[in-house]
Amino acid sequence: MSWSEFLPLFFMAVMGLTLLAYVVLDGYDLGVGLLLPLGTDEQKDTMIASIGPFWDANETWLVLGVGVLLIAFPKAHGLVLQALYLPAALMLIGLILRGVAFDFRAKAPAPYKPFWNRAFFTGSLMASAAQGWMLGSYITGFDHGGLGWLFSMGIAITLPASYLLLGAGWLIMKAEGDLQQRAVRWARRGLWPMGVALLAISAATPLVNASVFDKWFGMPQLFALLPVPLVCAAAFFAVRWVVMRPALIGAGYGWLVFGNTVLIFVLAFFGLAYSIFPHIVIGKLTLWEAAAATHSLTVNFIGVAITLPVIIGYTVFMYRVFWGKAHPLTYN
Amino acid sequence: MDLDTLLLSRIQFATNISFHILFPTITIGLGWFLVFFRVRYLQTREHAWEEAYYFWTKVFALSFALGVVSGITMSFQFGTNWPGFMEKTGNISGPLLGYEVLTAFFLEAGFLGIMLFGRGRVSERVHLIATLLVASGTTLSAFWILSLNSWLQTPAGYEIVNGEFFAADWFAIVFNPSFPYRLAHKLLAATLTASFLVAGLSAWQLLKGCATDGTHKALRAAVFAAAIAIPLQFFVGDLHGLNTLKHQPAKIAAMEAVWETEKGAALTLFGIPDEKTGTTHYAVKVPKLGSLILTHEWDGELQGIAEFPNAHPPVAPVFFAFRVMVGVASLMLLVALWGVWKLWPQRRNAQLALPRPLLWALAGMTFSGWLATLAGWYVTEIGRQPFMVYGLLRTADLATTVAPPYVALTLAAYLMVYGLLLVTYVGVLKYMAEHPVHPAPEAPHGELGKAGV
Repeated sequence: MSWSEFLPLFFMAVMGLTLLAYVVLDGYDLGVGLLLPLGTDEQKDTMIASIGPFWDANETWLVLGVGVLLIAFPKAHGLVLQALYLPAALMLIGLILRGVAFDFRAKAPAPYKPFWNRAFFTGSLMASAAQGWMLGSYITGFDHGGLGWLFSMGIAITLPASYLLLGAGWLIMKAEGDLQQRAVRWARRGLWPMGVALLAISAATPLVNASVFDKWFGMPQLFALLPVPLVCAAAFFAVRWVVMRPALIGAGYGWLVFGNTVLIFVLAFFGLAYSIFPHIVIGKLTLWEAAAATHSLTVNFIGVAITLPVIIGYTVFMYRVFWGKAHPLTYN
Repeated sequence: MDLDTLLLSRIQFATNISFHILFPTITIGLGWFLVFFRVRYLQTREHAWEEAYYFWTKVFALSFALGVVSGITMSFQFGTNWPGFMEKTGNISGPLLGYEVLTAFFLEAGFLGIMLFGRGRVSERVHLIATLLVASGTTLSAFWILSLNSWLQTPAGYEIVNGEFFAADWFAIVFNPSFPYRLAHKLLAATLTASFLVAGLSAWQLLKGCATDGTHKALRAAVFAAAIAIPLQFFVGDLHGLNTLKHQPAKIAAMEAVWETEKGAALTLFGIPDEKTGTTHYAVKVPKLGSLILTHEWDGELQGIAEFPNAHPPVAPVFFAFRVMVGVASLMLLVALWGVWKLWPQRRNAQLALPRPLLWALAGMTFSGWLATLAGWYVTEIGRQPFMVYGLLRTADLATTVAPPYVALTLAAYLMVYGLLLVTYVGVLKYMAEHPVHPAPEAPHGELGKAGV
């Protein structure tokens, strides 16, 4: 493989992993946002405190993901984002509401706090549903027919449900006492709807997209790929096993809920990546067709190769600093 | 005038960028104020410096959040509203934006958490480094975005093949002819915006009797910073003007409403430019001064609008915006000098005693930086029209093909949200100023420890 063939592949991988990092990291933020109305006033503060130091950096992965799309695949960037014009705007307004609610709820005069709590929830819901819609629309190759619409709608519900479980898993790790017990109940209730929805989506994807069908159900790849759904199912039942046994959580195994949900996300992601490759806009553009000039990609390659490890390094440092149970956040 | 997709896209982009730019302009300047407050506290261990740090950290966090969320919107709008822009210039603008995300965004977002909530969890040294990195991140962000913006104004180091831009010389692209002036101009504007915000809000606290010890420290630092930055800004602005005359003469012609090419042109202090007739109504002029300021020669030649048929910006908005910017800047100079005159004798006092008119003047100018920044931004951006890449690529050819109702719908949504946020932001600043939280003296490092499991 020549350098000019390798670079688009490299940036596709970077973009994919970046978006995966976003979905997992901001996924739990959005999940906590979706769960917010279920907590008491005091618990709302703790819930938000558990994500306060992280959300900003988590959200930046989205900027990098879109950034890579823009810098490495400028021709796909415009095509994709124009096709997703309305859901993208909806997501942006959701992210705006969520992002500013963090600060306004804590700093605005007390009577406005419930308003900003609602804005936090609404923003999280808008952003996660819009992301699901965008994903669905992307998988169907921007098919605006009835079936495509139904499929997008399905993912617009599934993704928030998955975020919800991720958020509950995060709270099980970061909270104590009553809030932790509530988070376990939320996870228990969210588990089956998410599982059923994921299953339905996985079954529907090959049906709405013929090329995906061929990729999965041909021989011999059917057997090579079998571990993906099997491990997914195992992870699902591992989550169920933990949330049904409070004693396990008391014994410090609560992180298994979050860990296994992340595993499901990772597997779903690789399944999706496998289905789409080598297209960047399904049925329209391959990643090599959409790529920027080799020279420009080389310039960015150097930047990514140097900075990405550094970014990952200080992200790990940040998580270590705020390791452990969440405490009320004050600036004092 | 038709409300077509192009016009709506323009309005939408202008709305977004106008809203967005307000907040980085604050955080770029305020970040360094925080570093200063923190260093002074570590040096003196005076509680007052700590109070100043606490209070302004909160303002920073609030402004930063608004900047981040509106910045994400910007990054999407390149694709949603100006797809042609990325398709044509992606090879050049892509890497510049990419480096901004990689070197600046993550840096500020990553260390902001530690700066805001890390005290007691990390050592004082690490906390100071986090504050320093956040400030550096915001400044680095300005470096990259201004490099791109300057390149659009004074393109260099490129090749065009089949209508698409390719990079030929990255050094020439990043350090293009107008970049140093634009960067210096913007960093000084950010310093001034933050200075007048800090001074204005502190003055308000003194007027309303809700000042803390930190208020006095912050006010003094801000007035001195403004007094240093504003003369520098005039100097850099002048150099920037010379540079613009060299590379974008049509913009200068619009700024000064020079209709026909002339030597020894007068300076129009005020007037109402009329593009249809090519004249300026009710013009108040000073002979020769226009040429002197812009070319540094009494008889220097200024090219007129008539020389750029179909390739000059709309005259009136650029003309007025420029006058607003210079007018606000002049007011800043006067108030800053007045402040220094009153503050200098009290430079060693812990508590300031300032005349109420001065406090009212400062409070009244709390958001003057915003006004000047927006006006300056309009001069430079409207002044670039009708081009996206100056002289090479027209804005009109790059707009989205999305149907007008979509653009109109999202524009209305953005306007609503931004309006709400702007009102709330200013309201919350006022509320915070009037209800300052007196922080407890800082817990020694390790007391909270690595709390929890």
